[in-house]
Amino acid sequence: MIRDITIGQYYPADSVIHRLDPRVKLMGTIVFLVSLFLFDGFSGYLVATLFLGGAIWLSKVPLKFMLKGLKAIFMLLAISVIFNLFLTDGTVVFRIWKIQITREGIRMAVFMAIRLVYLILGSSLMTLTTTPNDLTDGMEKALSPLRKIRVPVHEISMMMSIALRFIPILLEETDKIMKAQQARGADFESGNLIQRAKSMIPILVPLFISAFRRANDLAMAMEARCYRGGEGRTKMKPLRYKRRDFIAYGVYAGYLLAVVGVSFVFQRIF
Amino acid sequence: MAIRVENVNYIYGEGTAYKIHALKNINLTIQDGEFIGLIGHTGSGKSTLTQHLNGLVRASSGKIYYNDQDIYEEKFSMKELRSKVGLVFQYPEHQLFEVDVFSDVCFGPKNLGLAKEEVEKRAEEALKSVGLDSSLYKASPFELSGGQKRRVAIAGVLAMQPEVLILDEPTAGLDPKGRDEILDEIGKLHQERKITILLVSHSMEDVARYVKRIIVMNQGNVQFDQTPKEVFRHYRELEKIGLAAPQVTYIMNELRQNGFLVDTDSTTVKEAKDSILRALQGRRES
Repeated sequence: MIRDITIGQYYPADSVIHRLDPRVKLMGTIVFLVSLFLFDGFSGYLVATLFLGGAIWLSKVPLKFMLKGLKAIFMLLAISVIFNLFLTDGTVVFRIWKIQITREGIRMAVFMAIRLVYLILGSSLMTLTTTPNDLTDGMEKALSPLRKIRVPVHEISMMMSIALRFIPILLEETDKIMKAQQARGADFESGNLIQRAKSMIPILVPLFISAFRRANDLAMAMEARCYRGGEGRTKMKPLRYKRRDFIAYGVYAGYLLAVVGVSFVFQRIF
Repeated sequence: MAIRVENVNYIYGEGTAYKIHALKNINLTIQDGEFIGLIGHTGSGKSTLTQHLNGLVRASSGKIYYNDQDIYEEKFSMKELRSKVGLVFQYPEHQLFEVDVFSDVCFGPKNLGLAKEEVEKRAEEALKSVGLDSSLYKASPFELSGGQKRRVAIAGVLAMQPEVLILDEPTAGLDPKGRDEILDEIGKLHQERKITILLVSHSMEDVARYVKRIIVMNQGNVQFDQTPKEVFRHYRELEKIGLAAPQVTYIMNELRQNGFLVDTDSTTVKEAKDSILRALQGRRES
């Protein structure tokens, strides 16, 4: 269940996408996500599909692995499709009693579904090809101008990287505690809602305690190594743009122009 | 009455980038009343194997029989298996959650659906057999010392009155005194109640004093499955897989190489002492 979420999971491989500067990937993801809302026609989707498909192909991450992330949003997807399908006014193509499907509804539902799927695929492509550490490094560097207006950029990115680092640890811990309680005859699957909620107590209490213990240990370890925030802190591997990063920026610009241009031209002609 | 493991394979994370073949074609039989030491380096698959024995982890292939019943059969009750094969995890004190010691120990038997009196009777027995003072029964488990917490957690499994007790590194992180006490109590449980015990450890010294049979695991394989004396004869091979025989074995082998006719199969300090004295006596007489 929890394991189906691919966001935040790194897939190790040796590809151009993996080697890109995290700032470039961050920017690229934002460009892609925003671009999805810039057009409203098949031609735009065609360009977006080509771009996303190309990026996935270059990343060498198996498509099967990417699609796993979609399981988590399946409900959301289904609900939004149903609402758009049945509740949009327009030319009726199909009707039973009070339920009607309109042409505009189908169009909206299909586009909405594609948009949602692409949003997830686009962002999981970034997290699958970038280690959480690189990602927060990139974020810190990209946001560093905000320090001038007293935004604690370093602290925010440190908190993020710790939070991300703790996800697999806590998952593992949950798994261990669940097994330990199952070994004592605990049952998490049967019973009604209240019984099931109650059966979570033997997992949650030890999990909270262990999370606090780990946080305490971590704080102590950081203190022992003289951690005192971002002031004057240097990096072992500072981020520097390479040639491929500039090429990637070029590709993004090209993509944006293509998406906007194609849907503009398309609308003019038809 | 026995656990039989047949051709069990287990693969972690199948279909992902992090595939690990954790158990490779394991074959084992654990007879009733045995006291077995399961030894292996970190990541050798020993913890994974123990979780197969009470059905927490399902083998990728192969079969496990409990009293000649296939545990993967549809109608086999895993819940019953888990009450018969008690598993004490590594750092079991991390699973404590109740407001006081006594109710935490009650959790296991309560899950078996027993009557309240029976639950309390079992909990009290279990706490007694791990040697916890009755003044602590109403204390919060989080106020206890490390060794006391460990006892409570072990009692939590014992209260289900299992026929087989598996303990995964029960002495990890305890001081020497706490370690000896826990091991002695486990030894007592075996002698008095005839429970089958599988003791997982990476310390040969701990295990050598108690067990009659040692299973050595290495990279998902069973490397040795013999009596302690036989296993320790392979002390050079044990070193190669990141383990070591007891100190005594080394001393005795060294003495032997230097011309003392001592018994290199001695595993405990007492046996070694007797053997050395005998060898010295033999020297004086000749």
